[in-house]
Amino acid sequence: MSMLRRVAAAIVVPVVATVAIAEDAGVKAPRLGTPLSADAIAKWDRTIFADGRGLPPGKGTAKDGRVIYEQKCASCHGEHGEGGTSEELVSGPTPPSPDNPSKAIGSYWPYATTIFDFVRRSMPPAAPGSLSADETYAVTAYLLAANAIIPEGAKMDAKTLAAVRMPNRDGFIWIDIKK
Amino acid sequence: MAGKLASEDLIAVAGGGLLHRRLFLKAGLVLATAQTATSLRAEEASPPKAEDPADPSWIHKTGLPFTGYGAPSKYEKHVVRNIGGNRTPQGDGVSWTPLEELEGIVTPSGLHFERHHDGVPEIDPAVHRLVIHGLVQRPLEFTVANLLRYPMRSRFLFIECGGNSNAGWHEEPIQRPAGAFHGLVSCAEWTGVPLSLLLNEAGVDPKASWVIAEGADAGLLNVSLPLSKLMDDAMVGLYQNGERVRPENGYPIRLIVPGWEGITNVKWLRRLHVTDAPAMTRNETAKYTELLPSGKARMFTFVMDAKSLITSPSPGQKMHGANVYEIRGLAWSGSGKISKVEVSADGGKSWAEAELQDPVMSQCFTRFRSPWAWDGKAALLKSRATDETGYVQPERDVLIKERGREGYFHYNAIVCWAVDEDGTISHVYA
Repeated sequence: MSMLRRVAAAIVVPVVATVAIAEDAGVKAPRLGTPLSADAIAKWDRTIFADGRGLPPGKGTAKDGRVIYEQKCASCHGEHGEGGTSEELVSGPTPPSPDNPSKAIGSYWPYATTIFDFVRRSMPPAAPGSLSADETYAVTAYLLAANAIIPEGAKMDAKTLAAVRMPNRDGFIWIDIKK
Repeated sequence: MAGKLASEDLIAVAGGGLLHRRLFLKAGLVLATAQTATSLRAEEASPPKAEDPADPSWIHKTGLPFTGYGAPSKYEKHVVRNIGGNRTPQGDGVSWTPLEELEGIVTPSGLHFERHHDGVPEIDPAVHRLVIHGLVQRPLEFTVANLLRYPMRSRFLFIECGGNSNAGWHEEPIQRPAGAFHGLVSCAEWTGVPLSLLLNEAGVDPKASWVIAEGADAGLLNVSLPLSKLMDDAMVGLYQNGERVRPENGYPIRLIVPGWEGITNVKWLRRLHVTDAPAMTRNETAKYTELLPSGKARMFTFVMDAKSLITSPSPGQKMHGANVYEIRGLAWSGSGKISKVEVSADGGKSWAEAELQDPVMSQCFTRFRSPWAWDGKAALLKSRATDETGYVQPERDVLIKERGREGYFHYNAIVCWAVDEDGTISHVYA
């Protein structure tokens, strides 16, 4: 354990014990939350997990994605993802090292699902949420192919995207919570 | 000037003229001669005065009318947030709190630092909802009006961006005012509803261990947080320094996660997805992780470790010749209370304990003060914080030896200001 870090275990209280304490505290509060139907939850829920849970129906390939990338992404991220006013996206499919501390997708990002989630919710900044599921799969496929992680012709959908293993998948150490 | 220093009380307790921390508390003996290094900007802002101080014009006429919402004096217009350079795309950037211009421990709401990933949304509170769903017995939706009816609590808490002070990793010491280097941290009184009340109302499934929090900004910023922390002391923040949370700080509601990095304090909070795993979002994988020399990266580094810096004297200010000065600064720790701050005037060869100003509160700014008899010679000022867990703020070379230089986030090393013989102050690595 790091010499600069106090014992993380002291901060992370076991979940079950904490819940019990909170209920035992007996704080009186109004119960003003209104029930949310399954249909309503479906509209709100945009979480995508690293194992693919939450990925929507749809599909796309790098070929389709390149067109969208050039139209909507290249002005900030560079013609080939080399970076511009926004960060570099394309690197070799090699984990970072002291000689090449790249944090681009191919070298740093541990999960391919993260690309889909972030593009769908946040990109492009002037119109987030404007890409369809097919377009988002296509841009994701383009970025994965540009980083030499999937073949150019590979189709990305809920199943194939979740199965992509990123080069830096095991490159992270959890600090303030146990895995 | 030397005559003013002649007193048996002025016995140094550490090298470079550091005096006992309680000196200023004694009967005003030295206080009258203490000078603060003043802001160069403030001096420049002072217009030439034709007024007679003994008989100024404003004592002879009715003053300005009442105002619905007050603003600082027109003579304090230079005290503003320092907005980070011209960022493209628009909306992604920071503004820094001018720490060197402020006193005490509370950051005025209009000067609280900002970090936005895609601008400040203009949220209608009548439309905004907080939704709790996932591994709960009763998925629930709350209006803001309903949240305002729950029992609340208030806490004075700092919030610090995980990327604060990142210029400290640079090879050359950056020359900027203290706040434009370290001012992605601010401190406010936050009032809100304990999140445990709302989670218990929804009925958390025993299998749950994580919560994905999502904001209602453009881009729907999302982060994963351990359920245990949210049940322990997190709040749904509704008020900041007594008034409703400012738009740039999350209006109408913000998640407050005491002591944890800024991005976990999700602004414009709209959704809490109770679940059994982190979502591995962009901001907890590609960003807000720290690459180490080994090639591995630190992840889920939630706690902001203890840190301190001297706000006066600091770069951009000027000393007024040999005299007694009050060294002033701020210390904070995400792990609890600050237990000790030491200051050095000789680059860390010797240290004197600073006075911690009451109140000293957990996960909150602590103001420290230390009297210093400056002899007019070159000096190296440092401060070093220790928190109640025993954690000691590291020297920069120690931090870099452990973390390398590519981590970007969580820079909390000891800061060194060099005082030159001509009274100018600069940032140095020493």
